[in-house]
Amino acid sequence: MGNVVKIAVRNLLRYTRRSLLTVSLIAFGVVFVLVFVAMTGSFKEAIVASITDSYLGHVQVHRRGYVASIESLPLNLSLEPTQLAKIQEALGSEPGVAGASERIKFNAMFSTFVETTGLRITAVYPEREFAVCPKLPARIVQGDRTPAGLARGKILVPELLARGMGIKVGDTVVVVATNKDGSVNGKTLLVSGILESATGPGGRDGYIHFEDGREILRMPGRETMEVAIRLRDFGQVERLGAALRERLEGRGGGREALEVHTWSQLSPFSSVARLIDMMALFMKLMLIAIVLISILNVMIMAVYERVREIGTIAAIGTLPSRILSLFLVEGVLLGVAGAAAGVLVGAAIILVLDVWKVSVRFGGSLQLFALSPRVDLFEVVLACVMVIAVSALASVQPAVRASRMEPIDALRHV
Amino acid sequence: MTAHSVAPGAGGGAKARGANVVRATDLTKTYAADGVEVRALRDVSLDVEAGSFIAFIGPSGSGKTTLLNLLGCLDKPSSGRLEVVGTDVTRLDRRQAAAFRGAQIGFVFQSFNLIPVLTALENVEYPLVMVQDRPPSERRARVLELLEAVGMADQRDKRPEQLSGGQKQRVAIARALVTHPELVLADEPTANLDRETAYTIIALMKKMRDEVGTTFLFATHDTRIIGAAEIVYTLEDGRLTGRQERQA
Repeated sequence: MGNVVKIAVRNLLRYTRRSLLTVSLIAFGVVFVLVFVAMTGSFKEAIVASITDSYLGHVQVHRRGYVASIESLPLNLSLEPTQLAKIQEALGSEPGVAGASERIKFNAMFSTFVETTGLRITAVYPEREFAVCPKLPARIVQGDRTPAGLARGKILVPELLARGMGIKVGDTVVVVATNKDGSVNGKTLLVSGILESATGPGGRDGYIHFEDGREILRMPGRETMEVAIRLRDFGQVERLGAALRERLEGRGGGREALEVHTWSQLSPFSSVARLIDMMALFMKLMLIAIVLISILNVMIMAVYERVREIGTIAAIGTLPSRILSLFLVEGVLLGVAGAAAGVLVGAAIILVLDVWKVSVRFGGSLQLFALSPRVDLFEVVLACVMVIAVSALASVQPAVRASRMEPIDALRHV
Repeated sequence: MTAHSVAPGAGGGAKARGANVVRATDLTKTYAADGVEVRALRDVSLDVEAGSFIAFIGPSGSGKTTLLNLLGCLDKPSSGRLEVVGTDVTRLDRRQAAAFRGAQIGFVFQSFNLIPVLTALENVEYPLVMVQDRPPSERRARVLELLEAVGMADQRDKRPEQLSGGQKQRVAIARALVTHPELVLADEPTANLDRETAYTIIALMKKMRDEVGTTFLFATHDTRIIGAAEIVYTLEDGRLTGRQERQA
């Protein structure tokens, strides 16, 4: 095999410019795929982390039917104390759960005494909410970033609303809401902070204390609309989501049943994430096409240019299988060289982009997402294996053609 | 350049003379060219004794190359019987024919046909490496010995493009002999060489025959080198029309 490789290498070096061009083309494809995967992966990671860590959590549990009508934030689909106890029991027995936060969500009238507008309110226990959404404090652009900022009687106002209504930290506002029985209640609150908008639904909610929410809605018992859950390992979202679903949703259904949703089922960004994955797949298909066409072209040329040589080695007794291997190895070596060069250059570019810290905005958000492009070893290995396998595949036809040449015809070739 | 001798027993030894290495009976080869049937060989019969040094002469198109192709198992006769080194080569499939050539037959081509990416030494070594899979310890001594014998030991690291025509043909002869073949076929081996080099190459082939005992058959229409042959067959229009034995 060593001799086959030696001859193949020398044959590639014989047409240095052509071989270099082919290797460069393959390397360019590999670089493109790796950098694309690294950048989009980082973008996805940043957005998903922003969504899950700043307001959504990794998994949420609701009463059945709540998510389907979430736009209206129905008050009659709250989790009852018995259901909440069941949820807490399930979460307590699952070591992958890092924390949970109960939330009351409702639509309210928000007034500065001068102007009034509508606002979605999320009422939370601040310590629990900050544990489930650790980026929430970072969204507080003005005011108190500690849980004390969400103590009873305080409110975090979304930035766009604050800007539009001229609200400042320390102002007094009124929140008025209708409870599920139709009675209206209001509460005066102190603006303790201005909250930066986050991407997606729920990213522009105001926050108050859980007990203030209960008070405004006049909830007699310990009802809650949703339980947001943070996992220790984000990579376990689907597995733990399925485990909780199995445990909480049960098989009976009905109004008493619960629903478990992972972040991807709740956020429209999951569609964007899927689109990004599709684009990455498309890039890989492009890479396959580049490798296939360039290697096939080079190997067809190689066979055509070396017909007499093939005739000679066949005449002196080289077996067809050995001739086949000579050309297969030549094609594979082009792929190996292209993949190696692509990985090296791609890694260097990704490193530079990581140091450079490229920032992007997403979906009209004011938030800047700093990307940290990284590529998994799996993606690198996948790209290399793909390139080498396609190189071998592309070399098969020319190699078979070479191995099947009749030496007498090949020797006559001019 | 001085040609050294190769040890008769080295890696295979001198062949026993006398037995027939080729037995051809009524060989006919017919081609279809542009819908027209061309009979390149007609009822050619000949026996070749081991260790012979034989020339096939005749004008272009007389069938010399076709006959060598059949004897070298590069082609199959349309009819007739052909045994080479005791094997009915008409029954061999492509793979078997390749293996048979690799083991029993050496080739010297008019255009030398050295592999351009290999050095002189590697070209000679090629059949041992890529055809016979011999271990390095076994092949290196044999290759150096043959390069020495054809006077190319000092040029062994040069690539074909760095060698003259005569030097290339010397390397080609060494390559043809490196596997200890029973038979070496040379098609117009001197056609691309000047007269002096042509004499040298024929003398070298004969010397190798004398030392190793391998049978040499060569096709030529170069009348200058015919004198070196011990037997000269004349081909005309696909038929063997003459056999002339000469005193070596």
